[in-house]
Amino acid sequence: MSILEGRNLTKHFTAARGPRGRFGKRPPVRAVEDVSIALRAGSVTALVGESGCGKSTVARLLAQVYPVTSGEVLLRGEPVRAHRGAAFKEYRRQVQLIFQDPFASLNPFHRVRYHLARPLRLHGHARSDAEEREQVAELLERVSLTPVEQFMDKMPHELSGGQRQRVAIARALAVRPIALIADEPVSMLDVSIRLGVLRLLEGLARENGLALLYITHDIASARYFAEDITVMYAGRLIESGPSEELTQSPRHPYTRLLLESAPDPDRVAPPAGERHGEPPSLIDPPGGCRFHPRCPVALPVCSTEVPGRTELGEGRWTHCWQAGAALSR
Amino acid sequence: MNVLEIRGLGVDYLSGSGAVHAVSGVSLDLRRGEILGLAGESGSGKSTLANAVARLLRPPASITSGSVVYRRQDGSAVDVLALGGNELRAFRWKELAVVFQSAMNSLNPVITVGAQIDDVLRVHAPRMSRNERTERSVELLQRVGISADRRRSYPHELSGGMRQRAAIAIALALNPEIIIMDEPTTALDVVVQRDILAEIRALREEYGFAVVFITHDLSLLMEISDRIAIMYAGRVVETGTAEALHRAPRHPYTLGLLRSFPRLRGPREELLGIPGVPPDLRSPPPGCAFHPRCAMAVAECSESLPVLRAEADGEVACLLDDGRGVS
Repeated sequence: MSILEGRNLTKHFTAARGPRGRFGKRPPVRAVEDVSIALRAGSVTALVGESGCGKSTVARLLAQVYPVTSGEVLLRGEPVRAHRGAAFKEYRRQVQLIFQDPFASLNPFHRVRYHLARPLRLHGHARSDAEEREQVAELLERVSLTPVEQFMDKMPHELSGGQRQRVAIARALAVRPIALIADEPVSMLDVSIRLGVLRLLEGLARENGLALLYITHDIASARYFAEDITVMYAGRLIESGPSEELTQSPRHPYTRLLLESAPDPDRVAPPAGERHGEPPSLIDPPGGCRFHPRCPVALPVCSTEVPGRTELGEGRWTHCWQAGAALSR
Repeated sequence: MNVLEIRGLGVDYLSGSGAVHAVSGVSLDLRRGEILGLAGESGSGKSTLANAVARLLRPPASITSGSVVYRRQDGSAVDVLALGGNELRAFRWKELAVVFQSAMNSLNPVITVGAQIDDVLRVHAPRMSRNERTERSVELLQRVGISADRRRSYPHELSGGMRQRAAIAIALALNPEIIIMDEPTTALDVVVQRDILAEIRALREEYGFAVVFITHDLSLLMEISDRIAIMYAGRVVETGTAEALHRAPRHPYTLGLLRSFPRLRGPREELLGIPGVPPDLRSPPPGCAFHPRCAMAVAECSESLPVLRAEADGEVACLLDDGRGVS
């Protein structure tokens, strides 16, 4: 059973400024349209896409940071709407977020101990100073910041980027969540440090049965660290499946383009130097499949109708008219 | 034939708690018309090195030793570090141009893209007439894949990829011999990045300028560069052709970097990564700066500093190097 699930999530933002359209209304930004994704206990699910494709918005919808325009979020199969007050606090005890920038997500005026003790106190896991100290030490141990006595009293500026991100992870773990949403957790870190942080997240998911959503633009790292990959483009779902199958035999032309574009020193021949254009505006997205203006194999139907989900078997599916046509043939 | 020769360059950042040796003893050649990749982690000194060459360093940074010589096509040599005032202004743009990481910050937000190209031409090529300048702006923009009517656009009206293209167009305005690109595609998406890289290669073929391409992404460098120099803790630890570095890296750090990247194709190799963290440059470890993180280190590594030694197709600074590469 899935721990955390989003069903047909849609999010439209209204612009605060900018030109008004017809009837004096500002056109909404259609950031996320009809996205469904499920996280399983003890497993890493990756959400992959370019910047601006709506992957962070999906994370925030799942974390109840934004209210949904339509669709629903389910925690352990129960629909939830918890945006404020006690319900939100209770939800936050179960679902935690880790952000991209560990320089911005830690308070520069407080020591590591404070960052970890606060969630422990707020959520009632630590009732005395001794308990608090013990649990802070245990958290630091879990994220491999040892010797713990040394790290407990450090300020954020005394830590490297990788160490800060580990503190952010420890802080998320402090409330003993069942689901963790990591939004580009390693893209600000140095290459040689990334692996360690990803391994840590992977280990936490496996050993503690956490459901982990790994949001990234780097599909190669998703291949290594996630069991399943879901690809998004311009606010819509593109393709999903087990990571090895999806990266080795992509079925959607966008996934293919993404894989071809990723830097790869093992590539034999350099890819053709053609221009691929850029992702569309989400205020006035193209009709039909949003990828059709850039798609090399677009059919006439692609510009008029949104492709439905085509099941490909073995947990794989795609939203592409070509795949549908190939199956019915 | 070298267009740029860096010899024994050292740059310190002076701070209250002692000098930070950001770049120490770097010697590097840039050949005419080649793409030289400069790779390293943050704090390895790659951007400081580039800024020193472009004479963009400001206090508290200071060049403590070494020389940078630029060789013109006719063979005359220019001591870059001794250029002053007008000479320096003429050297920048005309001989050497820089493209920075964030094109949003390097373009002026309140002036149209066309006007910014015009600006460079007006200052550096005063003999051109207004019509010639306009013609040249349009030509440059079209050359990097921006349609002529975008000349009147402000930077915020362009996408990230287009802004970076515009920054490249400005760098090309006076046909420089050298373009330094400091993480030019880091803020961009992979698909857009791929297109820009193809563009840079095509422009290089056409105009024959040399490129110093700085990035932390080694897999990207392997695809675009002719030669690669790897920096660690302010020093060059290995240079070589992209092909040789990929096939047989000779420095354990290069190997570590290569094994930090998840591969998209082929069997799922085990990723090793590099344990530990980069050193504090105020007090770098004695001997080889990499030895505390090196799996192959021997006692000698913590005592003597390895020097960059020339090999068949590159150089390497490692005491363990036997000419066959590490694995």
